[in-house]
Amino acid sequence: MSKVNLNVNGQVHSLDIDPDMPLLYALRNQLELNGAKYGCGLGQCGACTVIVDDKPVFSCVTPCAGLEGRKVRTVESLGTAEHPGPLQQAFIDTQAAQCGYCIAGMIMRAQALLEKNPRPDQATLRTHMATNLCRCGTHLRIIEAITRVIENGGLHG
Amino acid sequence: MSRKKLWVSAAVALGAGGLAVAFGLMWRPAIDPIDKPVEFDTAQIARGADVVTAGDCAVCHTRPGGKYLAGGLPLVTPFGTLYSTNITPDATTGIGQWPFEAFVRAMREGISRDGHFLYPAFPYKHYRLLSDDDLADAYAYLMSGPPVYEPATPNRMKFPMNIRPLIAGWNLMFLHTAPFEPAAQQSQQWNRGRYLVEGAGHCGGCHTPLNFLGAEKDTKALSGGVVDGWEAPSLLGLASREKPWSQTQLVEYLQAKVVDNHGTPAGPMRPVSQELARLPQTDVDAIAEYLLSLPASDAKPSPIGASTALTAESARLGHDLFQGACAGCHGGAAPMRAIDGRPALTTTSAVQADKPRNFIKTVLEGIAPTPGEPGPAMPPFAASLNDQQLTALAEFIRHQASPDKPWPDVDATIQALRQETP
Repeated sequence: MSKVNLNVNGQVHSLDIDPDMPLLYALRNQLELNGAKYGCGLGQCGACTVIVDDKPVFSCVTPCAGLEGRKVRTVESLGTAEHPGPLQQAFIDTQAAQCGYCIAGMIMRAQALLEKNPRPDQATLRTHMATNLCRCGTHLRIIEAITRVIENGGLHG
Repeated sequence: MSRKKLWVSAAVALGAGGLAVAFGLMWRPAIDPIDKPVEFDTAQIARGADVVTAGDCAVCHTRPGGKYLAGGLPLVTPFGTLYSTNITPDATTGIGQWPFEAFVRAMREGISRDGHFLYPAFPYKHYRLLSDDDLADAYAYLMSGPPVYEPATPNRMKFPMNIRPLIAGWNLMFLHTAPFEPAAQQSQQWNRGRYLVEGAGHCGGCHTPLNFLGAEKDTKALSGGVVDGWEAPSLLGLASREKPWSQTQLVEYLQAKVVDNHGTPAGPMRPVSQELARLPQTDVDAIAEYLLSLPASDAKPSPIGASTALTAESARLGHDLFQGACAGCHGGAAPMRAIDGRPALTTTSAVQADKPRNFIKTVLEGIAPTPGEPGPAMPPFAASLNDQQLTALAEFIRHQASPDKPWPDVDATIQALRQETP
């Protein structure tokens, strides 16, 4: 055990954890941010996707060691149940969630893309989202939700 | 005739002669187009499919998300960016109007049907070894596929390499491939392997170092090169190195499988091995037999840069990172090791290599899953690990594998490769 400082959603937390602990565990167990999910634990399904600095990462294979000085963002930073962010609202409007397990990861991966490229074409969008899996098969609605945000002027529209 | 006049006419004659020679070198006639391709029998088309697979044609002539063999893949070279062309039998944008003799000329001399010079990134230097029969079969296969309308993407080559006739000079200097002659004292399988390695397979395109004009250094054939940031390792002495390759291991590796003690093809070798996996087993056996027969190079290894011993702090960080990022699949007790054959990292060729390049490349980019196949796949870590973490991880794993030989220039390699990773 040792002290690890994690900057999550704009707040610095000083945690007493094993530095080899994957970021996902610290987010869920220590910080009680339960948006990101444990899917495969191998970086192959994307349910655990969060943003580190400005890029989407699989938090299940990202060790806390050395995350000091980097900014972690989870789905909780995008809005609340009362005031959902643009992507969250679009996912609700298109009823993109079936069981919902993959959705936090899907939204964070989409968020990272739209922050960098507010008007991606469909091919770019699909390639970008391809690493995140949905076992219910709602990919078409997920793509529709993200497309709706793009068509409505992006994250700030 | 005055002396001055004599000089002038001599100069004019010399100039005209020079022009004629240059013209003769740089001009090639167009070959008349055909109206529509002839029909071929299915047995020949099937044989041609194997030739095209052995030639890895689809690896360069199909872009991600594009139609099979319709071209458009960018090839980044030191001289600019080339885009592969459409080799489907479409009449206007493909090779639908090419008679067989135009196809043979392109494959052996690098000249397009209309007479323009093709860039040597198209490996006619190797393809010219193909037998007449193999060329005829490949032609039958290509001309029988579905035509795809896909105009070529314009190349972006730098001056003077954007002047195609200059390739005549390149051909003059470097196009000296001797015709293929089977070696009488070797087995049929060995000869078949050599034919595939040096001909269609064009292994030297990546595994032979290039000179400053982008031509393979024939005296150092298959001694290793660098392609797209990856090290294409030396293929010499595979059977005699510290961790030797067996015939079975090499065959399975060439077929894109995960091989105990060596790993699985990554980077540009991955699509190549996926093509090889579709070849008849006897051909892959032959390639492996030939490669394993190549003796180690007697050249002294080039001096490698400074390496530093592992510090305690770096070792601790490396261990923690390994536990958090890698152990899920590559740790000693990981179920993936038992169920799905994930290698212990210390034995992989990338970790055993003298330089850290391929290890770092694999961690940065991962191994993209192939649609429709169960694996292997590895997530990219470019965004999860920063340079310091990556350095610690590389040094830690190298220390596990080869404690006496730490990698040189880990920092510098990471920084250089970061620039290339999008």
